[in-house]
Formats: sequence, C-alpha cells, structure tokens
Amino acid sequence: MKIVVTVKLVPDPNAEKRIDTSTKRLVRTGVETVLNPYDEYALEAALQLKEKAGGDTTVTVFAMAPESLKETLRKALAMGADDAVLLSDPALEGSDVWATSYAMSHALKKIGFDLLIVGGLSDDGSTGATPGALAEYLQTPLVTNVRKADAEGNSLKLERETDTGYQTVAAPLPCAITTALTFGEPRYASLKGIMGAKKKTIAPLTVGDLGLDREVGVSGSKTALLAANPPAARGKGQVVEAADGATGAKAIFDFLKERKLV
Amino acid sequence: MTIATRRAAPPDAVDFLGIDALLSDEERLIRDTVRGFVRERVLPDVATWFEEGYLPRELGRELGKLGLLGMHLSGYDCPGASAVAYGIACLELEAGDAGVRSFASVQGSLAMYAIYRWGSEEQKREYLPRMARGEAIGCFGLTEPDFGSNPAGMRTFARRDGSDWILNGTKMWITNGSIADVAIVWANSDDGIVGFAVPTNTKGFSASNIHRKISLRASITSELVLQDVRLPESARLPLANGLGGPLACLNEARFGIIWGAMGSARTCYETALEYSKTRVQFDRPIGGFQLTQEKLANMLLELGKGTLLALHLGRKKDEGTLHSSQVSFGKLNNVREALAIAREARTILGANGVTLEYPVIRHMNNLESVLTYEGTSEVHTLVIGAQITGIPAFT
Repeated sequence: MKIVVTVKLVPDPNAEKRIDTSTKRLVRTGVETVLNPYDEYALEAALQLKEKAGGDTTVTVFAMAPESLKETLRKALAMGADDAVLLSDPALEGSDVWATSYAMSHALKKIGFDLLIVGGLSDDGSTGATPGALAEYLQTPLVTNVRKADAEGNSLKLERETDTGYQTVAAPLPCAITTALTFGEPRYASLKGIMGAKKKTIAPLTVGDLGLDREVGVSGSKTALLAANPPAARGKGQVVEAADGATGAKAIFDFLKERKLV
Repeated sequence: MTIATRRAAPPDAVDFLGIDALLSDEERLIRDTVRGFVRERVLPDVATWFEEGYLPRELGRELGKLGLLGMHLSGYDCPGASAVAYGIACLELEAGDAGVRSFASVQGSLAMYAIYRWGSEEQKREYLPRMARGEAIGCFGLTEPDFGSNPAGMRTFARRDGSDWILNGTKMWITNGSIADVAIVWANSDDGIVGFAVPTNTKGFSASNIHRKISLRASITSELVLQDVRLPESARLPLANGLGGPLACLNEARFGIIWGAMGSARTCYETALEYSKTRVQFDRPIGGFQLTQEKLANMLLELGKGTLLALHLGRKKDEGTLHSSQVSFGKLNNVREALAIAREARTILGANGVTLEYPVIRHMNNLESVLTYEGTSEVHTLVIGAQITGIPAFT
C-alpha cells in the first residue's frame, strides 16, 4: 500500500501571529516554520498503518511550499516517513483553496497513492476545505474525522469520530481520509530517525512538471482575501461584589446557569 | 574592503548572538525534538517530582525511545550522534531540570560509556542495547563517604578468590543507585584500581536512598554497600587499568554538564525576563528600572558566552582536539555562571522566586550540586592551574 500524507508548513503556532497589512498574509520572518500540527496527526496515522500492515507499505509526505522551507520537511522524514515530495514554484504564491487544491491534486496524481491522508485543518488558513477539494479533483471517496483505520485487503475499515459516538465505515482503495485528533498523539522523532532522515530524498516538483491546463497563484484563484483582522479585544470582565462565600458561589452558579453551562 | 550595508535584524531576546545559525539543520531538529519532549513530558510535573523527591521510572524508557541514552556511542543499538548533538540534548534536558539531565548523563556518559570504553565484547552486547532503550538502568560507583576529590584513596577493595573476585566497600552520592540494574563499581585491588559491572541483584549488594536533599530532588541519589559481593572474572571491565578508567568516564559526563548548565541558566534568564516585563511596581514594569536591566543584561552576557563556549568545545570534541583541561575550563565557567544567573534571576522574582511555582529556585538549588559533582570547581580550577604553570597544586 502506498500512503501519501499531505503536510502544510505553517508559522509556529506557539509564536505570536502577526498579519502583514499590505499582503494580508501571516508574517513569516522571525517566526519558525513547523509542520502543521493537524498534519502531524495525519502522519502518525500513516506510520501506525505502515507498522500494522508491514510488507511493502510506504509513507510519502507531500508538501506545497517555498523551496526555502525544504528542511522543515525533514522532521516528517525523521518521524518515519520514507520519502517526501516538495512542490515549489513562485507561480503558486497567493493561491486560494480553489487553486491550491487544483495544483496539489495534479501533483498527487503524478505521485500516485492508494491512501491519501490529509490533516483536518491548517493552523494558519483554517479553511478546512482542502481535503474535500482534493477528493473531488482526485475523484476518490473521502472519509473525514477518522480515529482508527485498518487495512483489509483492497479496502479500509475506518472508525469516524462523531458528536454522538463513532461510526464504522468501509471504503475501497484508493481513498482519502482526514484524521481526528483522537487517532493518537504524534510520535517524537527519535535520534536515529533524525540522523537517518538526512539520507532520505525530498524530490522537487514545479508547476511545469504538472501539465496544468489553467492558472494557479493569485490569477488562478476565485476568492480574494479582503482583510485579515485580529480578534476583537476582550471586553472588561464583570466584577461581582459578594458579601460572603455562599453569595459569591451563588453568583457564579447563576452566571453559568444563565449561559446553560451547568 | 567591502562594507556590509545590509541592515542587521534586531537580535532575539534569548539567543542574542544568533548562535542558532551556527547549528546544522539536524542539530536544530534534535534541539526542537528534545525541547518539545521536555515541554510536554517534564515541565508539567517536574515541580511535583522535585517537591516529592523522585523521578518517575518510566521516564528512562521514554528517554530511551527518543534515543537519548548513550546517544553519542556507536553500535550496540546506540545512534552514534556527535558530541555537539549530545550537548544540545543535555542543554534542553537541563532546561527542564538538572535531575533529568543527570539521569541521562549517568546512564549514557558514566555507566554505558564505562562498558563501551572498557568492557568486553560480551559485556557490551549484554548491557548496551538494553541500557540504550532505558530497559536497564546503570549507575556509577566511584565516590566514597571519605573519598570525593581524592578517589585514588578509595577503600572499596576487590580481593581475588580463585578465579572470582570478592568486593567490599561503600559508595556514596550515587545517582540512580537504588533503581539500577547494573552498577559500575571501581575498587582498589592488589593490581591497582579495577572496575566491575555488578548486576545489582548479586548477593551482598544493597543500595539505600539518601534523603533530606534540598538539591537535585527530581533525581535518585543512593549509597551503595558491597558486602562480600562475589563476582566472576567476566564481570571485571577488562580494559580498565588504574584511575584513568573512571576519570575518562567523568570527562564525558563533564562535557554534558558544560551544556546542561546553560540550560538551567537559560530557563532562569527567560523566567526573569518575562517576569520583569509583567511585574508592575511604582506603576511600571520592573524591567523598566535600570537596576533590573543591568541584572538582565549581565545574565544575558554570561548565557551567550557560556553557550558559545559549550559549542566551541563541542566542535573541538567532534574533531578530536578537546583536551581534558579544556573540559575543566568549560565546567568551571559554565556552572559558576549558571549559578550566578540563577541567583540573580531569583532576586528579580522577589518572593515569588523562592517558590516552586517558578522554576528558578529549583534550578538554583540543583546547580549547587552541579557545582561540586563530577569534579568540584576547586579541582577544576587546579586542573587549569596545573596545565598553565606546569606545577600541580595537588597530587
């Protein structure tokens, strides 16, 4: 089974986010770039499947990102992916979900896969639309929010996390899934993994390799970001003067009850 | 001559000198991995471990899974990382707590290194892979109640009995002693100082923990008692001969301390810096007062210089040109300065600085041990003194 995991490279979620008002993009200078945390869960799912399936199962990581961020992908290889493919091209800059997933889908067709695992969300853009768009372009079924996966011959037995419990779903290969955070905590890269990662390949791809029949980048996008604003500043808290502990506790209880939190 | 005209970016408040750029991508990935592990696995609980005086046993397996135990050794399931990579790991572990770093130092640099350097092929195969995985724990018995800086005087004695050896003696201040599966024990004998890999379940071997420590509390420290411990010749480390055996191991561990101390120092500096920006007195953050800024600037100077020193000595170790007196230079300087940084940070935090709600006093107390273990600062001073004058002040 050939598993491909899509990985987005995002500014460190632990760092303070700033938006460049002229480009309306996240400021990346001075902020470390890391693997999108949701995609680490997708990679963990892939590595668990590989460990269970054994044999000739391989895990390839695919990213669309500037060439300068290539080394950030090394962490995915250190965690245990077999190889990586990096699609980089200045022509892709400013692509919206429409254009991004179009370019990505062509690259994924070129790479080929039995199972495509996509993180449920990106920490920076947070559209959550890419997995669906990819599945549509690739004409594969998509099962979202998967917490457990088992390969059974030429199909998958999957458990989907839902609000009320979970569903068991069968899907044929090839197919695409997104992972729930309950799939399992992403593993740490081991020292041996880190040292072995430098010998693994990160194959380059450019737009020219994809044979696209429409534009990508800003001109190939349908949507335009008009403004990116920080969240509204939090208002002043409500201060309640209470005569004693019991009155204070009642005030807190009433406050929570009013909002149906208790 | 070309004059650089590019505008320099303002430096980071912690990595002020941009030392990051001197590391390779792989070294940075190792650093980020260990830092992430410490953030998620050590920092949430370490104050409790310190308060209650223990280190969870499973942490050893987790460090083993990461590949940090004996990481700079090659073969026998050890990753064969560089000295700099090992140093970086020590720094990040100690940024969490010196007790955690001590665990890794003793396991990798003292116990595993002793077997790796002086052991037989059978001993290496028996112990090293399990120790690398953290399944077997090692300790290192050199110091005795009456012999610290003067290990040559040790009273523990190994007597030949036919083809066996009989060991008697006491070892003191032994990290991991009571949780160890194998103890490296150094003893005097009719043939001079010899070393043994002693399975801790051998009859006559016992270990009891030293209580009432107020330093390195998130670390097990024990006393080992050997009473007529009978060992076969195959338990002796065949290649160790004289005091050079244990001293070579100590040199390895000291190298890790040069880095580790800067981990403690970094955490103290970061904590004090953050606190100074949010703590308001006289209607302004205390970080805006000249006296506080002087303290912070002095801390930053020594943190930057000490980290550069560690990296320089690490690069020398990797190219094989690091002399043991240069290790003394590093340990003497970096532990002394880390302790000064911790104490200065404590004053910036005021009363909050003496509680375990903040990491500063924990690091400060830990560093009091680090200052004297693996060679006291006095001994390291005299090692340097002997090297530059050619006249040893002690024998």
